[in-house]
Amino acid sequence: MASIPGNRYAQDEKRRSADHVSFLKHKRFRYLWVALILSLLSIVGYAFIDQEPRPNGGSWYGYTLGTIGLLLIVWLSLLGVRKRKITEGQWSLKAWTSAHVYLGLALIVIGTLHTGFQIGWNVHTLAYVLMLIVIISGIYGVYTYATLPSSLSSNRKEMTRAQMLEALTALDRQLEAAAQPLDREQSDLVIDALGQDVFYGGALARLTGAYPGCKTKRALKRIDPNGSEAEARVHTLLSKRSDQLAQIRRHLRIRALLEVWLFIHIPATIALLAALLAHVVSVFYYW
Amino acid sequence: MDLYKVAIIGSGPAGLSAAGRAAALGMSHVLLEKTDHLSDTIFKYQKGKHVMATPSNLVLRSDLDFDAGKRETILGIWDEQSAGQTLNVKLNAEVTKVEGTKGDFTIHLKGGETVRAEAIVLSIGTQGNPNMLRCPGSEHPMIQYQLDDPGEYFDEHITVVGSGDAGIENALGLAADDAQRNIVTILNRRDSFARAKAANVALLEEAERDGRISVRRETSPAEVKDGELVLETRDGQETIPCNRIIARTGSQPPRGFVEAMGIEFTSEDRGAFPKLTPAFETTQPGIHVIGALAGYPLIKHCMNQGYDVIEFLNGNTDLKPADQPILEEKFAGLPGNHSVEHWLDVFNSNVQVFQGLSPLQLRELMLDSTVHAYEPGEVIFRRNEPGSSLFTIAQGSVAVEINPNDPSITVPIGEGSIFGEVGLISGRRRGSTIRAAEQVVAIELARNAALKLIATSPEASDAVNRIAIERQLLQMFGSGLTPKDIAPLVEAAEVIELRAGQVLIDEGAEDKEVYIIRRGSMIVEKALGDKPVFLSYLPAGSYVGEMAAIDGSKRTATVKAAIKSEAIRLPGEEFVALLDRNPALREKALKEMEGRRKTTAFIESRKDEFGGAVDLYSETAQFLVDEGLGEATDVLLIDEKLCIGCDNCERACADAHEGLSRLDREAGRTYAHLHVPTSCRHCEHPHCMADCPPNAIKRGPDGEVVIDDTCIGCGNCQRNCPYGVIRMDPKPPKKPSLLSWLFFGNGPGPGEASYKWRKQHGDPEQPKQAIKCDMCSGIDGGPACVRACPTGAAIRVSPDKFLTFTKLTEDVE
Repeated sequence: MASIPGNRYAQDEKRRSADHVSFLKHKRFRYLWVALILSLLSIVGYAFIDQEPRPNGGSWYGYTLGTIGLLLIVWLSLLGVRKRKITEGQWSLKAWTSAHVYLGLALIVIGTLHTGFQIGWNVHTLAYVLMLIVIISGIYGVYTYATLPSSLSSNRKEMTRAQMLEALTALDRQLEAAAQPLDREQSDLVIDALGQDVFYGGALARLTGAYPGCKTKRALKRIDPNGSEAEARVHTLLSKRSDQLAQIRRHLRIRALLEVWLFIHIPATIALLAALLAHVVSVFYYW
Repeated sequence: MDLYKVAIIGSGPAGLSAAGRAAALGMSHVLLEKTDHLSDTIFKYQKGKHVMATPSNLVLRSDLDFDAGKRETILGIWDEQSAGQTLNVKLNAEVTKVEGTKGDFTIHLKGGETVRAEAIVLSIGTQGNPNMLRCPGSEHPMIQYQLDDPGEYFDEHITVVGSGDAGIENALGLAADDAQRNIVTILNRRDSFARAKAANVALLEEAERDGRISVRRETSPAEVKDGELVLETRDGQETIPCNRIIARTGSQPPRGFVEAMGIEFTSEDRGAFPKLTPAFETTQPGIHVIGALAGYPLIKHCMNQGYDVIEFLNGNTDLKPADQPILEEKFAGLPGNHSVEHWLDVFNSNVQVFQGLSPLQLRELMLDSTVHAYEPGEVIFRRNEPGSSLFTIAQGSVAVEINPNDPSITVPIGEGSIFGEVGLISGRRRGSTIRAAEQVVAIELARNAALKLIATSPEASDAVNRIAIERQLLQMFGSGLTPKDIAPLVEAAEVIELRAGQVLIDEGAEDKEVYIIRRGSMIVEKALGDKPVFLSYLPAGSYVGEMAAIDGSKRTATVKAAIKSEAIRLPGEEFVALLDRNPALREKALKEMEGRRKTTAFIESRKDEFGGAVDLYSETAQFLVDEGLGEATDVLLIDEKLCIGCDNCERACADAHEGLSRLDREAGRTYAHLHVPTSCRHCEHPHCMADCPPNAIKRGPDGEVVIDDTCIGCGNCQRNCPYGVIRMDPKPPKKPSLLSWLFFGNGPGPGEASYKWRKQHGDPEQPKQAIKCDMCSGIDGGPACVRACPTGAAIRVSPDKFLTFTKLTEDVE
């Protein structure tokens, strides 16, 4: 009992009263400032240091920029490991993300200056282009992270993914019972709607949210809401089903938009690392 | 008819062990069991359940064996040993009445048979008997009180009576498979299913819409006949076909049955136990109570008591309880090398709050307590340490540092008194540092033990209350005051309890009382325009209402309980008189008052200019209080303006803790994009702690509420948690490393492995235990969920720091 309170209490109190701000605003834009200063220094150096015979990746200044760039790229790509390796210690993934975004943007300046604006059809330019692809896809990623989460939240209406699917299953059960009195043709419409895979349509449907040929929609159109009692009930249930499907599909769409850029960002990063290796090896080989 | 030396009623672990000892001693005995098998409580455990054997430091003293293992194994061993050891067991023997006195009791059994015995050992547990239907025909054989396997009935008209979870779950089970072609009806006396879980009610209503279950509200059974059931409905009587009735209308606690024998309980409290002597004898001579009914829910305790009680009856009065070695070990560190009995005597005579206890109760209390010996000057606890245990001083005295800035100013607390009661009552951190003033022997009662003591001993309850009020006043008003100064206030003080939402102070009222919140928390609201606006949050330890007392004005705001709370009410005049006598105190109170006025004025001014922001603040604060923030100490919130739904928080949680996540990000409520996920709030008074048989739930050194490895997997905490944050799962197997997943695709990857993977790779013998957030206790860097959030959406906050205008209206993006 008579233990001396460690620094955990102070640390906890600090955490509990910490500001809650996004990764972009982290520590009052600390990494934005670091990136700006780094970029500015690179530009000033480029402008004022006399590089002979001309600005080039092979001058001492070019090597300096190249080394900084290489180290940055390797470090930035380690975010993927940091995210998955939950070790002890005072790190915060938010700080890492913040640094990743701003220092990644600074690479546009550092990398471009490193090229000395010498672009050609070679492995060196390949690395440069890949880097730009990674950065551009990343910019899109930051844009989605900043704009989409609140619509994801509003669409969810406090439901979990599992609950959304459960709600759909419950509606399906009710539809099956309610459709019993319908005639053959109309029952077939309902059977088709229930039989259709909720996730049909593939990647394109998922990203656009457009599901042409949705059989629930079709059944909804063809069953008369003012018809018999059974028809009216089925119609109501079908429109609930349609709403439920729409919610699930919006959820999938937003999630897909939040993730789709990673399908470029990550492979491009791996290609970039390979290209960089080739770039560095060839530079030293032909030195 | 034979006169047995002892009749043992109930064949659970306690009764069985008693019978085993009687058989071993050759004492004439009979073991009466109401069902057709031994040990019904354990028999009713779910198939294959792993039964734990805690506390592990307690030796088993019984003629029957018991060790942790599967339900089937344990029951098998007991069946075999009770047959082998010639126990005289009488099954299907339900006791209806006990007559007679010590030396010659007559026990009436259902069916008219009687048994005579010189002494009785009651070991009937706390399960009680199911409530019977209260209508003609309630003895009909088609009525049953339990449903083991809903899959075994076909083509039947089945009526379930009862509107609780048990009834609903049975009805759903019976109607689950259409192929059984059962026609299921459920009866509810009332018009809503208010007692059941919302999820069960939703499923029932869905089944009703689908026509799978006929739900009859405001209907009760009127008469049971062969093949039919007469119903009493709102519109008169109606008869339905019926082949089977499942009655799930709760059960009768055994207390009535026990009291009918003339046995007294310690109090009217529902949790009270029978009054017992050290030999387990009740106030009715010749009748002994052991096991769960005596307040010992763990199997090992029960079996030891079964052994002990028979030894006592056999005249072995020197028998030391089985806990003797544990107490010897506990007391070994105390000065002077005295015996256990010496110390128990010292504690009993010196410590005020122990004086109403029997030796048996004191021994039991010691098992859940720690004894300490402190050297002069040694720190016992420090200010701001978490701690909810209660200390009693058996020898010596301590010094309380009342001014955090000047440790030399102290107030003494003398021998026999208590300290630490503020932490116990408020559930908050220690208010001051306490040192030993001389050689001190102190007993530290764990929170549960202290609460049990207060609940069972009126003397202890009074003493704690009186001391707590005085100390709270002293602590509140800071340095310079002596107990003499505040004596008139203490005299006039009164503790009032408030339920969540109950109003303490009404805006505009003219009363002048001052209140100290000693438990729970309050919110302050003011009507601005036409609706109440949240002004501030008051944690336990705050005082409120002083403005009206000082300047005689009307109440300027409404104060109401955020959660179940307790406040000390002080008369306004006495409070003002105290201020008049102490100018320094007056200064302090005025300053605090000024601060509060400023907050109000600030929010009022904002209301005019930025009405929207104030409404958002007020409504968000109210939402968070409704979600349990009022009793939280550290809670995970997710700002859904930032959350990308990557679930890295859940994965980090699982990877920081043996592979199971203790939080469900998506589940839970959301208001204005602020989401309260299903995750532990580390309550000031944790509901989960209320009923933990092995006392496995504790508050850790950093304020976290943790469940340790002694958990027996009973699931009580899971049921008691109002926020649904506790899960029951076996420890999963170790996963292959991150790198071998990354490069070779080995294992399930980061985060919680799927149920299937855990099942395939796990040890099937691994018992289910309760799992919940431990705030990453012992992990450098703190909570992994927060550290692993890539966007800053996940934050952990405490209510006093977060329920402020600035925090709630912060622009996060």
